[in-house]
Amino acid sequence: MSYFTAENLETAHEIISRYPRKKSALIPLLHLAQEQEGWVTDNAMRQIAELADTTPAEVKGTGSFYEMFKFHPVGAYMINVCTNLACQLLGGEELLAHAEESLGIKAGGTTADGMFTIEDVECIAACTEAPCLQVNYRYKLRLTADDLDQLIDDIRNGRATDIPEHGTLGLVRQHIPAGAGAGIVAPEQATERPVWLARNDAAAEGREG
Amino acid sequence: MPTYDYVPHAPGYVDNDGPKIVTSRFVHEDSHTLERYEATNGYEGLRRALDRTPADVHEEVRDAVVLGRGGAGFPAGVKWGFMPPGKFPYYLVVNGDESEPGTYKDRLLMERDPHQLIEGCLITCYALGLSQCFLYVRGEMPAAQENLAQALNEAYAKGYVGKNIMGTEFSVDITLTWGAGAYIVGEETALIESLEGNRGMPRLKPPFFPAAIGLYGQPTIVNNVETLSNLPWLLVNGFEQYKAHGSEASPGSRMVAVSGHVNRPGVYEIEQGVTTFRDLLYGDNFCRGIRNDNELKMFVPGGGSAPWFFPEQLDLPLEGRTVGAEGSMLGSGAIMVMDETTDAVKAALRLVRFYARESCGKCTPCREGTTWEERILQRILDGEGRPSDIDKLLDIADNISPGPYPVAADPSQGLDAVPFPPKQTTICPLGPSSVAPITSTIRRFRHEYEAKITKRDSIPVMAAPMSSDPVEVG
Ligand SMILES: Cc1cc2nc3c(=O)[nH]c(=O)nc-3n(C[C@H](O)[C@H](O)[C@H](O)COP(=O)(O)O)c2cc1C
Ligand code: SF4
Ligand code: FES
Repeated sequence: MSYFTAENLETAHEIISRYPRKKSALIPLLHLAQEQEGWVTDNAMRQIAELADTTPAEVKGTGSFYEMFKFHPVGAYMINVCTNLACQLLGGEELLAHAEESLGIKAGGTTADGMFTIEDVECIAACTEAPCLQVNYRYKLRLTADDLDQLIDDIRNGRATDIPEHGTLGLVRQHIPAGAGAGIVAPEQATERPVWLARNDAAAEGREG
Repeated sequence: MPTYDYVPHAPGYVDNDGPKIVTSRFVHEDSHTLERYEATNGYEGLRRALDRTPADVHEEVRDAVVLGRGGAGFPAGVKWGFMPPGKFPYYLVVNGDESEPGTYKDRLLMERDPHQLIEGCLITCYALGLSQCFLYVRGEMPAAQENLAQALNEAYAKGYVGKNIMGTEFSVDITLTWGAGAYIVGEETALIESLEGNRGMPRLKPPFFPAAIGLYGQPTIVNNVETLSNLPWLLVNGFEQYKAHGSEASPGSRMVAVSGHVNRPGVYEIEQGVTTFRDLLYGDNFCRGIRNDNELKMFVPGGGSAPWFFPEQLDLPLEGRTVGAEGSMLGSGAIMVMDETTDAVKAALRLVRFYARESCGKCTPCREGTTWEERILQRILDGEGRPSDIDKLLDIADNISPGPYPVAADPSQGLDAVPFPPKQTTICPLGPSSVAPITSTIRRFRHEYEAKITKRDSIPVMAAPMSSDPVEVG
């Protein structure tokens, strides 16, 4: 049974074409699956295995290594509070505690209405803007407890239009126009010396001569 | 007089009068567009590279001594020379996985100046005869993914990337790819595993030095985002101009993020090897001192994996070799500042917990060791520590990293520095990194550990002598 929508299936084929070997597309394909449903279903993994010429066990084996992939439903809005050192020094743990209190769940949990999941995460590369968090990986910087409550309220009331639902990452995708690419092939088919390196020979001969 | 300060569209970046080798466009709100890029010398470095032979371009990078900005500080031009001749195809993997605690600069470079990075990749591919480039961006960075995708699409449309670049016979594809949340994937061999569609576990070096045996077993260059972002400027201005910046041993500039208890935390481009930690923490152009005029207690000089520094080290320049000799590393340019109100044990625990969580589990000293380190530190912090816990922590540390661990000098105790790097019983340096916060704080603030431990011991119920301390079972 097909998991991907027709449009996503097309995207999946395009993604695969950008790698010399199909299996290299596993992580991008898992992201695509997660974007479609908000989490990665067994059905999705079966189809990814087919597309990438591997087994569902391999897909799960790879996918389960990575924190971002969820193999069960999570909230439509994932609030990831950074508590690593730079944030801890400026109140990251207190911010996390406030989020837990406001939503009535512990880190790792999801609200009963399926709206929010909270996670206690590691450094998200915004350390100078501590304390900070991400909602579905969109940054909110130098946050106070009040800012956080406002943010939660905005999300609940549909005012956080800048944040797509969980699973959607970069909104722009790479697209190589037909005929514009250099040609992506398996390593076995790329054993020729790249042509422009011949420029070195002329120079070397020049030096010798 | 111009007022230099934060730039709203590049959160954290402080525009000051420092060098502008990689951040020159950050002041512009549209710095990520091709239009702005072309209007500000964009793709000029590539154009000049294409007028020269590939070997000549490699030579330029070697002469400039572009030190890697991802952690190890190895000169890019030298690493580029390690690929075995004739074993095509060669690949380029760009490390945009930025997740070392305290590090914030590659994300800014990818979001704010994606074309500069793309141009850096193209110059590298041209110089070395690489067949394909993979731009691996951390999964949790959608804005960087978006801006890079947009930039690549524009660059393909204009003939800067792909077939017959700028009308020459030079052709190469760049594939944008994202991670999915795993710190260890920043380690170069784990990155390659991830790119092959596997769990991100490091490979044993040797034999898997990527330049010899990398992606799909082929010679592969792995470079950091900031490292490659230097190349367009270098090719336009030449290595002599590049070396006019920074110090003799560490030329050029460097991006650093200063976070924690300073008045103006921020991301700064500084003169590498010249600017000192004191300039950075206290200078008017930089962080303007410790908050509330508090005393500085300690700081992490180069990312979560770096042994800690103290006020005595403030006058050291941010120069790799110097900092290494003094017991730490510049690593990824991440400085986390802690004032006198900071609990040393709590701060150490937070970093140790990070390593325990992120250990990939492939080797025992790291997998088991980091877990034990975390548990013991946690119980000390909770007031449940045992008298033998300090020695136990040091013993576990010694299993991961045998011998004296790198540490800063402590003149008050008459102790010298132990130079970087540490020894390791592990496959990769993640395990040893977990030791840094522990040895740094125990040597300096042993009394804080003891105070927490004896608080529990002072409960007058059958205080057990050390020898009969219970043996833990895992
Ligand atoms: C545990 C670990 C994590 C690392 N994370 C990163 C990272 O996020 N980004 C990075 O550029 N290098 C990281 N490195 C360093 C890379 O292995 C590699 O040395 C670097 O990308 C090479 O690029 P450079 O020579 O341009 O610095 C990490 C190393 C280790 C051991
Ligand atoms: S040191 Fe830790 S992270 Fe590195 S390979 Fe061993 S278990 Fe994995
Ligand atoms: S420590 Fe929180 S973003 Fe880096």
